[in-house]
Amino acid sequence: MKYALLIQISRALLLARWKQTLVAAIGVTFSITMFIALLSFMSGLNQLLDGLIINRTPHVRLYNDIKTSPVQPVALSANFKGASHHFVRSVKPKAERPEIRNSRAIIKALQKDPMVLGVAPKLVTQVFYNLGAVRINGIINGIQPQQEKRLFLFQDYVTLGDASDLDRVSGGIILGKDIADKMMAAPGEVIYVTTITGAMMPLKVVGYFQSGLREIDQVNSYVSMATAQKLLGKPSNYMTDIQVKLRDIGNAPLLAGQFSKRFSVDAIDVQTENAQYETGSFIRSLISYSVGITLLVVAGFGIYNILNMMIYEKMDSIAILKATGFSGWDVKFIFTGIAAGIGILGGLIGLLLGFGASLLIDQVPFETSSLPTIKTYPVNYDPVFYLIGFGFSAATTFFAGYFPARKASRIDPVIIIRGK
Amino acid sequence: MKELILQTSHISKSFRDPVDVTVLSDINLQLSRGEFVSVTGKSGCGKSTLLYILSTMDTDYDGELYIDGVCMKGKSEPQVARIRNEKIGFVFQFHYLLNEFSVLQNVMLPALRLGRWEADEIRQRAYEKLVALDMAEHAQKKPNQLSGGQKQRVAIARAMINDPLIIMGDEPTGNLDKRNSEIVFEIFLELAQQQGQTLLIVTHDQQFARRTGRTIQMEDGRILEPLY
Repeated sequence: MKYALLIQISRALLLARWKQTLVAAIGVTFSITMFIALLSFMSGLNQLLDGLIINRTPHVRLYNDIKTSPVQPVALSANFKGASHHFVRSVKPKAERPEIRNSRAIIKALQKDPMVLGVAPKLVTQVFYNLGAVRINGIINGIQPQQEKRLFLFQDYVTLGDASDLDRVSGGIILGKDIADKMMAAPGEVIYVTTITGAMMPLKVVGYFQSGLREIDQVNSYVSMATAQKLLGKPSNYMTDIQVKLRDIGNAPLLAGQFSKRFSVDAIDVQTENAQYETGSFIRSLISYSVGITLLVVAGFGIYNILNMMIYEKMDSIAILKATGFSGWDVKFIFTGIAAGIGILGGLIGLLLGFGASLLIDQVPFETSSLPTIKTYPVNYDPVFYLIGFGFSAATTFFAGYFPARKASRIDPVIIIRGK
Repeated sequence: MKELILQTSHISKSFRDPVDVTVLSDINLQLSRGEFVSVTGKSGCGKSTLLYILSTMDTDYDGELYIDGVCMKGKSEPQVARIRNEKIGFVFQFHYLLNEFSVLQNVMLPALRLGRWEADEIRQRAYEKLVALDMAEHAQKKPNQLSGGQKQRVAIARAMINDPLIIMGDEPTGNLDKRNSEIVFEIFLELAQQQGQTLLIVTHDQQFARRTGRTIQMEDGRILEPLY
């Protein structure tokens, strides 16, 4: 009953001077709109840049590294155990085969792991592209097109043709855009590659891929796992890499260590592999958050100002309410209610407009050769921004109303009346 | 001796800014039920200040104030607000209606706050008060569509809505022309005579004061002994 009355009074005061209310609400709306639009945009760009690396990089990569043995024979000798220190110079790595042993069992085990989203094997080998008399260095990646598409968005980088054609066309190859240009190899044509063992093999071009990094596009091309194995004359369990995509990228460093021990292979996580990239990503997030907080603080002061003014204008009403028997608490409730009303109304409209602005930004053309699938500016519609924006507008307006209302509620009504 | 409803003992007040100025000194006052009292005096003699203290709207004073036998000192702000709501009706010089609400709603507000009656009953009562003051036809208007005299009548209706112990007025006719003053005065007189309503009106209009039951003369913050 009491609250209903107070809320009713708040509402009446709000609606009676709706123009003023509107101006105040627009102030809130504008700030929240800007906050949502800018943060969605910045975060979208950030995600895009993150995705450039993260999407096509396995979270954990299992492989056999070429390195010296950590335990040298001298350390095993009983004669030199204990207090002695060994100096061994010019240690050279042992000739080790690049393939992963027992690969099938490892893949099966990984696929059962609940933290693993997917597993894709890979066979990387060096070749020469034959261009008449000229040989160009190249790298051929044997992949499983379906897995690669699912886990690493391979199709996004295939600018011409379909990744699945690797499976359909026996001996099909997807060439890097730049090497294809150099070889003037159109789809359907046959090119010849020479393997490191000296064997020469014809491959049929089924498409181009473009990663945006010229260095990669000049060298790399993709074939199916089976083709790559045939190229090297190896059996169907031969692979050099096992790429693992996790459900949570944050677990990568931990799991890399575990996998390495469990399967006795080398494992590297994306964070270690792209440390410089991590730094960049971190700094970009930091920038977005600073901008976001700055926006909110500026918006907060604006909101506070508007409401402060509004409440001081209503001092008269406060005096009357108090004179007719409304307590300070009632007055506080009424005016905090007014402020919260403006905050919620303005905030909600702000969210809607912010969403609209995001949609607009999403329509602006943005074409770049490095990102063949991106046609417009990226926007991140993360609901968290909307929650923060709304929570902030509600909280700021609440305090912006609460403090002046509290001040007004404390003074004797006569002071306001006298002041006239 | 009739029932005392308002009593003060040794009330004084002084403003400390910038130098000590005593506005009220040693005010002892008693009001019985049903009295129609006017307070007069020259401008600045402290009569309005006294009224604000008596109406509990000013709590910054020395001495004691008893309303209906209850001391106001030491009461919390919500308690005082409650007493003001329940027992005191107030009429200002400048009407002070809320322009955001209709006339009827303005009259209803104190009763809604009090919550003694249901909303429908309050509406009925408010309407009756307006009828009694010949303002019923304006019930749905906003206060800023009314003339000064009409506003003052609405303010009186609002003061009456909770059947207060006492109605106080701070120069309620001070801002009105002769004819409207007369109307307002007639209303007060009628309230006092027919309903036994206790009234305490501050005025500088000697004519007005002379027609009330008792006149308290003030000068320089003191009450002068009655001359009659």
